[in-house]
Amino acid sequence: MTSYQHSIRQRQYQFDSLKTLLAKATPERSGDALAGLIAASAEERVAAQWCLADVPLTTFLNEVVIPYETDEVTRLIIDSHDQAAFAPIRHLTVGGLREWLLDYRTDSQQLAAVAAGITPEMAAAVSKIMRNQDLIAVAKKCQVITRFRNTLGLAGRFSSRLQPNHPTDDPQGIAAAIFDGLLYGCGDAVIGINPATDSPQAMTSLLHLIDELRQRYAMPVQSCVLAHVTTALQVIELGAPVDLVFQSIAGTEAANRSFGIDLALLHEANQAARGLQRGTIGNNVMYFETGQGSALSANAHHGVDQQTCEARAYAVARAFEPLLLNTVVGFIGPEYLYDGKQITRAALEDHFCGKLLGLPMGCDACYTNHAEADQNDIDNLLVLLASAGCTYVMGVPGADDIMLNYQSSSYHDIRFVQTTLGLRPAPEFEAWLQQLGISDQAGRLIANERHRLLQSAAQLGAL
Amino acid sequence: MAEQSENELWQRLRQFTNARIGIGRVGDALPTKANLAFQQDHALARDAVHAQVDFAAIASALQPEFPQILRLKSAALDRATYLKRPDLGRSLHVESRLQLEALQTDPCIVALVVADGLSAVAIERHAVPLLNIIKPQLESLGWSLAPLVLVEQGRVAIGDEIGELLKAELVVILIGERPGLSVADSLGIYLTYAPQRGRNDAERNCISNIHPQGLSYVAASDLLMYLLGQARQRRLTGVALKDERQQLGATNNPTLE
Repeated sequence: MTSYQHSIRQRQYQFDSLKTLLAKATPERSGDALAGLIAASAEERVAAQWCLADVPLTTFLNEVVIPYETDEVTRLIIDSHDQAAFAPIRHLTVGGLREWLLDYRTDSQQLAAVAAGITPEMAAAVSKIMRNQDLIAVAKKCQVITRFRNTLGLAGRFSSRLQPNHPTDDPQGIAAAIFDGLLYGCGDAVIGINPATDSPQAMTSLLHLIDELRQRYAMPVQSCVLAHVTTALQVIELGAPVDLVFQSIAGTEAANRSFGIDLALLHEANQAARGLQRGTIGNNVMYFETGQGSALSANAHHGVDQQTCEARAYAVARAFEPLLLNTVVGFIGPEYLYDGKQITRAALEDHFCGKLLGLPMGCDACYTNHAEADQNDIDNLLVLLASAGCTYVMGVPGADDIMLNYQSSSYHDIRFVQTTLGLRPAPEFEAWLQQLGISDQAGRLIANERHRLLQSAAQLGAL
Repeated sequence: MAEQSENELWQRLRQFTNARIGIGRVGDALPTKANLAFQQDHALARDAVHAQVDFAAIASALQPEFPQILRLKSAALDRATYLKRPDLGRSLHVESRLQLEALQTDPCIVALVVADGLSAVAIERHAVPLLNIIKPQLESLGWSLAPLVLVEQGRVAIGDEIGELLKAELVVILIGERPGLSVADSLGIYLTYAPQRGRNDAERNCISNIHPQGLSYVAASDLLMYLLGQARQRRLTGVALKDERQQLGATNNPTLE
């Protein structure tokens, strides 16, 4: 095993492996402290960053952070690495990659062309020596476009998941929240419900609820009920209208096992959903969620820092060409990301790594009440993410998810970002909003107390 | 007035959901009332997380029912450490551990523990009335009780260490749950059969959501007595032990498992 070292003012710092070096170079966060992986001082952290900057990218192909023999995610990363795509950056170090990414001459096309040559560990490594503005600037240059019934990820667009959760899956409560969200122009990424009960019956009835609304108003959107992948496979068998298959994923085989999944199961689900051919303009059918700390909380991190584990989850995602992938950045609690500053940093890292690896990256910018964060932190983060070209964020009524008990971004917040930064929803959905008289040509909401959707909402209770 | 009718519509729809639907807008933003209502709910939740439980007051309120009360601390000595290091909140401070070891108590059936958890308000409002309902029920069964333990900066698993040191067959811990925006004072009860350090979540049962809008004290206490009885009979707690009282009445709803 190679040893890594760097001296600062006669003090020599030694790092016994690549995974230790990556952990020590990581900007401070509570989860790495909890795991006992964090740098002992600010000086040790920067020594690790200096040292990491000099590591050749080829090292990442020879020294894996979790053994190839025992982890199928490592095998996926190594076996799917594209040497031809890697060729233009093969000669670089981590520090050299940072400068190559930021160079004017490196444009969207070149970034897309090298994506398959970049491993998650390379992406994580370079992010650790980048400032927030670097993470924003490079992510902004990456363009990742996916399609199902609309087109996501185009330049100048900012999409949203409509998240109408309800603690008992009450269909009228959920429908009311959907009407409300649509009237704010939200939902182009997906209308996605976290079900309270992970049962085939609950999933099927919620799918029919959204599908019926979608067809009644000819909405160019896709739906998802975020049950376990095995539940989705069951209801596909039974003929339920499944647009997207959802699953939470992580960056190690053992963490995925704690979620009750492996790569073969995801492959089976991807094939089953594609086979339904429900997409009208594309067939990206998977929806994944991730989040820093998931491997540690499953006690399955193998001594790898939480951000590197997170980037490895994106290798899992990209094997299935998802329509949507988002990090859920503050959900897991302050023992992993302590405050608004750590949540913000993690969100920008995750968004950058996801985009660099070629994924349609969104973000659930959120926090729990025991984290040192509030809605101002979410406001700030939304502006940063949208500036970085983030594909989508969440639209939760009043930012308050009454089922999952956390705070995210609201319908209003999405409107705020779109208006303030001059961004639009997906083009097909934007045209639909104008056709239905929800928003005008300038993208502003139209006040109309006699709107069709309001009249439909008024029918609720008589359903 | 049309505007009023839209307001009335959303007000009516709110009977189906507590979600913040139909809260209106000015430009793209929240109206002042909705904005401040959210801030207020978040403020209550934050205060609940950071407030300190007045354990001295709780101890004196419980003194008539519980002649022997022990005040202990977890290894997380302040709130910031508690929030960052769940592992420390799960174990006793070394002095508290020595204190329990020195007690040399006789084996007993149930050890009752109260921990602040993530909501001081939940403990201050609900711990005393709930314990005053639970204790007579335990006594009517003739079950021996360990001294009552009040523990600061504790997480759920600390109950197992306390139960082990008190040689209890079962430990029952009352703990403040993570405050949501709508409810900041929810209390949870966890029970473990044969408590000892290192037990995991799958080996415990939980009765959650105890507060005025949720589960009542009496309903919570009844469920606790049922689970304790089953736990003693079957010599276990955890995923294999479920609330099967309903199923005797044969409900036919397949989604209610």
